[in-house]
Amino acid sequence: MSRVDKSMSLAGGPPVAMKTGQKVGTLLGLFGLGILTLATFNVSLPNQGLWLALALLSIGGGILVYSKSLYKDTLPGIKNHGVWLKSVSSRGFWAWVAGIALTGFYIVLYFFAELLGQGSGGAENTGLIGLFDPLSYALKGQPASQWFVYGTLYTLAILAFGIKFIWKYRHNSYEKIRTGSVMFFQTVFAFLIPEIMARLNGDLPYYDLKNVWPLNYYLFDQWNVDGLLINGSFGLTLLIWGIASILVITPILTYRYGKRWYCSWVCGCGGLAETAGDSFRQLSDKSRSAWRVERWVVHSVLVFAVVTTTGVIHSYLGDGSQYWFSRGTFLIAVGVVLTLLFGLIWKYKRHELKKDARYGAIGYLVIILALIGLHFSAASDNLLIFQTHEVRSTYGFLIGSVFSGVIGTGFYPIFGNRVWCRMGCPMAAILGLQQRLFSKFRITTNGGQCISCGNCSTYCEMGIDVRAYAQKGANIVRASCVGCGICSAVCPRGVLKLENTDTQGRINSNDVLLGNDVDLMDLVNQR
Amino acid sequence: MLLTLSTTDRSTNSPKMEHIVIIGNGISGITTARHIRKLSDHKITVISAETDHFFSRTALMYIYMGHMKYEHTKPYEDWFWKENRIDLKRGFVESVNTAQKSLQFADGSSMNYDKLVLATGSKPNKFGWPGQDLDGVQGLYSKQDLDALEVNAPNNKVCQRAVIVGGGLIGIELAEMLSTRGIPVTFLVREESFWNGVLPSGESAMINRHIVSHHIDLRLGSNLREILADENGRARAVVIDETGEELACDLVGLTAGVSPNIDFLKDSGIELGRGIKVNRLLETSAKDVYAIGDCAEQREAIGNRRPIEAVWYTGRMMGETLAQTLCGNPTEYKPGHWFNSAKFFDIEYQTYGWVFSDRNKADHEQHFHWAHEDDTKCITVAYHKDSRLFLGINTFGIRMRHEVFDRWLTEGRDVDYVMSHLKQANFDPEFFAHFENNINQAFAAQLQTA
Repeated sequence: MSRVDKSMSLAGGPPVAMKTGQKVGTLLGLFGLGILTLATFNVSLPNQGLWLALALLSIGGGILVYSKSLYKDTLPGIKNHGVWLKSVSSRGFWAWVAGIALTGFYIVLYFFAELLGQGSGGAENTGLIGLFDPLSYALKGQPASQWFVYGTLYTLAILAFGIKFIWKYRHNSYEKIRTGSVMFFQTVFAFLIPEIMARLNGDLPYYDLKNVWPLNYYLFDQWNVDGLLINGSFGLTLLIWGIASILVITPILTYRYGKRWYCSWVCGCGGLAETAGDSFRQLSDKSRSAWRVERWVVHSVLVFAVVTTTGVIHSYLGDGSQYWFSRGTFLIAVGVVLTLLFGLIWKYKRHELKKDARYGAIGYLVIILALIGLHFSAASDNLLIFQTHEVRSTYGFLIGSVFSGVIGTGFYPIFGNRVWCRMGCPMAAILGLQQRLFSKFRITTNGGQCISCGNCSTYCEMGIDVRAYAQKGANIVRASCVGCGICSAVCPRGVLKLENTDTQGRINSNDVLLGNDVDLMDLVNQR
Repeated sequence: MLLTLSTTDRSTNSPKMEHIVIIGNGISGITTARHIRKLSDHKITVISAETDHFFSRTALMYIYMGHMKYEHTKPYEDWFWKENRIDLKRGFVESVNTAQKSLQFADGSSMNYDKLVLATGSKPNKFGWPGQDLDGVQGLYSKQDLDALEVNAPNNKVCQRAVIVGGGLIGIELAEMLSTRGIPVTFLVREESFWNGVLPSGESAMINRHIVSHHIDLRLGSNLREILADENGRARAVVIDETGEELACDLVGLTAGVSPNIDFLKDSGIELGRGIKVNRLLETSAKDVYAIGDCAEQREAIGNRRPIEAVWYTGRMMGETLAQTLCGNPTEYKPGHWFNSAKFFDIEYQTYGWVFSDRNKADHEQHFHWAHEDDTKCITVAYHKDSRLFLGINTFGIRMRHEVFDRWLTEGRDVDYVMSHLKQANFDPEFFAHFENNINQAFAAQLQTA
């Protein structure tokens, strides 16, 4: 019938229509972006510091004005009204506009920084990057770079959208504290500390202390290691911190709290996804086929990262005169560690692993060992038939730039906010294996209270079909779960709770639905 | 065949493959189908006139509110049915012939069955109000009702006011739905306080205030006299019985409960009451015909339960039970301790065991009520006033653990044990404020004054 309102424009009725305050906020934010755009096109702005401050305040302020208008008249509680009716959050026209704009920004940022005014060969910055010079000088006494511009905008986005998120979930202490945490780690660890360290010690490479290898894939690159080592004991401490982070700190914290301690409390990628990306969490693909693709892709990236890093370190180690050990000992050490790790998992956990995960693990172990073995016999700087530095730059291009930036963030409005974390992040893959195999973390299902409504699955940014477990009364123990807690928040029946408790009975393959008498449950569980 | 197997052979792998036909693809019918498939190789057909695939009826409200799309409310992807060899048929069954073991469809076709499961659910109650069948008057139960609502109340220009008649769970959901589109809602509730036939007075009063805080025009103690039509046969106003007040509106939501959807069985010979009469094996009066879920009526009520239980969880449990019976292992429907849950706008509600309303509770049932000053959280604990046996708990705005209360009820704990161990039952997310100490102080104070 003609009375059905199919309008997808922003001008529809509630909850799709924007209130006056939201419109004001949007205009204010666009004004700030407008200043940045003018700067990009080299429109001369006198007194850059003032214009930059105006731009950043307008963007941040616009987001806050918008949020206040959106939430001020509502009572605390879940208010996902109109999410699938609004164009921007349901892959409509505005979602594509936003997606294309963001993607374009990332392509320019990563590959055409000179378009943003990056001065090369000692030339002064111009354009957008030039606009950020005053702030960069104030913080670290150096001119800005495209990464400084990006870092500033990134931090601003996490702070402003973080406040929006806290407003939206103001009834939920877990969400408030968690969001405060990502805002803190982004501002202090990713933004302020590295810049201040650079000011104190100009030679030190940018080092975000919370950025763990393999997410920080250049940690073991020669320029980075050398950069750290020439800074004496301080640099060495940082290098040791980097190695301890992945080998000691992450396994312990993941055992106690699940991978959420990193992915949704600390990580910068996660931080942006949880705040600026929150409006797009419902777009993740929950199908079984997506899950199959996810497992192959993310673990392949992990293998790629391990092989690349091994190859890179191997290529500059030499015979042991320059560093502490030679390439030979290094390769043997890597082989021993991987084999030991795999052997232990196989011995204790093979029953918990699904069949295809086992095949994958075996396959990949063979590949890694073969690579190392082959390389061990040849003494060139090659990884099999490829040049090591080419493999490294391919990784940097494909994974570091295209996957995490262009696709991961640029496509927020189309694929959801955690595509990178789910499909591409090698760090998430390692933490996921730890979480699945050796952790106290799980999402507990509350007996038989699930009504299969689907809110949990819909709002899972990692594309986990949470409902599939909840409606069986089973705990949710998935490698990909980042513990954002939104499934628990949106559940209208109080069915889900994130917990760290006994590892006993954590993965309950038997359906334990309460409500039936005990005899029937025994029967149902007999297969 | 030299040896005839007894029909009461209890082996779970029945040698003969039967055609089991299930009418209704809601939670009851689908649970039955899934469990039959787990246990056997019987041919399974699920018939529905409503939708091609199983969806969660309880999630209809979220589609209208824009939280989800219809696709998201399907608990299983579309490949699931073929992969598990569950045949789906879209069609409306007009009549059942139990002698021939056949079904006749509205399009004239027919289908034979070996075993028939009736899981046809409910339909909204209509109590003979004048104008109840006008355009713009509807219930909220089926996918078709949701589609109708998109036509009748797509926005606050087409629908400038809605009137909801009937103060139960569907009524308050409909009020919430319409309010998200900025449509003014008048909510007519027959009772003097919302849902006070089920909820104790303190809780019911809190929900009244919560409804009003969402700008709903709540009219307690108000009945519908009639619905007035415009010149096109469309509802234009309602008249309130008590006051004679005429309220202009574009939508009338009838949410005064539901009753079994069994009209198509009138001439089938299957014994009917308000619902389809079944025994504890969920068998109807006709051979090889079973009924489960909202449409089934127990010949004798089980414990404190009503003979007809229109609840998601009971439908699921009956489905699990019946699948056992159909696969050669006759099993009685024996539900465990009562539980349920709902959400009233922003306030979640859970109940474990039995807590009766002031109107319905027995003399021995004593209540302890605690309410938080923010007026969005409260609990009521019911116990036996002489033996102090814990009978049940209602909890609002605080999540509790099903497993723990189920265990305490089975163990027959007294109220003092339950109160002193209440922390164990908390299921709120991490970092939420806890109220067990306040609750226990209030409980101790009540004991001293009692």
